This record gives sequence, structure tokens and C-alpha cells, in this order.
Amino acid sequence: MRILLFCCAGWLLLIGCYGMVTSRNIIHTVISLVVCQSSTYLILLGIGYRSGATAPVYSDTTPSKVVDPVVQALCLTDIVVSATIIALFLALALQTHKRHGTIDPDELTALRG
Amino acid sequence: MSRRIRLGVFAVGACAVGTMLVIAFTGLPSFGTQRHPYGDRAVHMSVHKQTTSNVVSSVNFDQRATDTLGEEFILFTAVVGTLVLLRELREEDERDESQEKRQIAARGLPSTALVSYVMLGVTTLVGLYVVAHGHLSPGGGFQGGVVLATAIHLLYVGGGYAAIRRARPVPVYEILEALGAGGFVVLGLAGTLLTGDLLANVLPMGRLGDILSGGDVELLNLLVGVEVASAFIVVLSRFLEQYAVVGARRPTTR
Repeated sequence: MRILLFCCAGWLLLIGCYGMVTSRNIIHTVISLVVCQSSTYLILLGIGYRSGATAPVYSDTTPSKVVDPVVQALCLTDIVVSATIIALFLALALQTHKRHGTIDPDELTALRG
Repeated sequence: MSRRIRLGVFAVGACAVGTMLVIAFTGLPSFGTQRHPYGDRAVHMSVHKQTTSNVVSSVNFDQRATDTLGEEFILFTAVVGTLVLLRELREEDERDESQEKRQIAARGLPSTALVSYVMLGVTTLVGLYVVAHGHLSPGGGFQGGVVLATAIHLLYVGGGYAAIRRARPVPVYEILEALGAGGFVVLGLAGTLLTGDLLANVLPMGRLGDILSGGDVELLNLLVGVEVASAFIVVLSRFLEQYAVVGARRPTTR
């Protein structure tokens, strides 16, 4: 189980990087970055997992074992940052397309005033 | 750099990173371990000292509230950056009026509109619930704010650009976003003034599980909810504007 989880996280990171390296479209590059970032969610939640435990919420029940809430809070931060970065990059992609008429990173070679 | 060389460089880097990941992962505590010293202390603090039954909210808005303050301003800065990038450029002054009119006239199917309007009410209610119970059950300001922003955009699905433009005065949401971010700081400074610590609890703690419990956590959640909902609405309004008003014009340069 542990092997599977961490292999999956490492694979997500590397496949995301591969996507960014070979990308032919800036929007595809942004999505690849998001894939990279998903690996951190997996690692964080995997580290915080406790066998047989439930969510760290004490509203209706009093669970005897709960998973680590600290990494879940970190994961929330991670997701928020990811969402804002996507918005920023997509705005950049939009302006790039407007100025240069292409969003293929390979064709965006010259500087333009 | 040719694609072949780039792939080669990537392969070398990926092998190095992969090796380091394997070394790092083998040093981690075993998966599902019962030993979580930080987690146990956070749970104890939250349930016994801070009467916040959603421990994740307690960590985010009480124990590590200063980090969330920073996170909030990451969001704020990114939104400002997006707005600056998506402002109308000088050469876009002459808007394509016919395209704008066409977008405004565009409507979805009546059945789509019906479902959207029904779901608008349900989604708004869910969003408000998720924000308002952030200290009690899973959810909170960030999650609920996104749900609320989604609710408003159901108007776009159902009624097209005209409906959402009428229902969503963007300047109001710009102000609300700033107020949400500023309110977080004000509440934090109130903690400093009253107790000497930034973001210390100034509200009464109440009883575990009550709607009025957990000190500042719920108020901070409300502020974050306002900020996140407004931020998404403002950013999406700019993207929609680009699509509806500016986007149809062919790029002029090149």
C-alpha cells in the first residue's frame, strides 16, 4: 500500500514534468503543472494517514482514532494556491495568444516590445 | 534547444529526482502509522482548549492562523495580478459591438435554464451552510466560497452573459474581496491589542459542537468565504469579458 501510494505520487510529479517539457500548448503546460502539484496532495494525505482512523471532526460523534489534521490543513492551503496560480497562468496564456497569435511555447522565441 | 536535447536533459533530471524520491520515501514513517505527534497535539488543542469540532478548521484558523493570513494574501495578490493581466489594452478600446450583442443575446436551452435556476438556489444554500458550519463540520470559508461563486455562475449557464452581467455588479465584489482580506487583518490585530498575540481568540469559546463556539474560527471563516467567493467572481468576470467582448477579434499583431 505504501509503495503504491508513494510510487503514484512520484509518477504524477514526473509525468507532469514530462508534460511541461514536451508541451506544444501553454494551456497544456498549465494543466501539467497542476498534475505535478497533485502529487503533493497524495504525499501529504499519505503521510497523515492512520490505519483504521476516520476524519478529524468531532461534531456528531467522538471518533477514537482520527487521521492527522495538520497535513489536511496543509493540503487545503496547497489546493488554494494551486487554484490561484491556474487563474494567473491562464490569464498569461490569454494575453500571450493576443500578442503573439500562438500559444505554442516553441514558437514564442523572440522578445517583443 | 531542440526537442531531442530537451528530452535528454529531462530524462537525466527525472532519473535524479526519481532516485532522490525513492531515498526520501524509504525514510518516511510507515504508511498508516499510529504515531502522529503533531496531529495528536492539534486534536487535543482543538477539542479541549479551543472547542472547535472540525480540527482542520482549528489548525487553519486558530493554531496556524498566521499562515492562513499569508495564504489569503497569496490569493489576493494572484487575483490582482490576474486583473492587471486581463485589463483591456489600449488597442482594444474599440469593442466589437456586434459580438458583444450576440453574446448578450445568446441563451441556452429552456431545460438547461430551468435546471440552472433550480440549482442556483440549492447551490447558494449549500455554500452558505458550508461557510457557516466551517468550525463544526467539514468545509469552511475556502470551500464554501468556491461553492457560492459557482452558484452565481449557474446564471451564465442558464441565462447567458446578459443574466450574469445583470446579477453581478463586479465593483461590489471587488470591494467585498478587499473587505474580506482586510477584515482578517483587523481581527488579527484585535487579538494583538486585547491579548498581545496576533490572531489570538477574542471571541468567547462556547461549548464544543455549538454553532457559537470555537472563538474567532467561524468569524475568520466567514471573512475568508466572502473573500474567496468575491475573488472567483471577479476573476471569472474578467475571463468572461475577454471571451464575450474582446475574444472574438482576431489577434492583430504578427
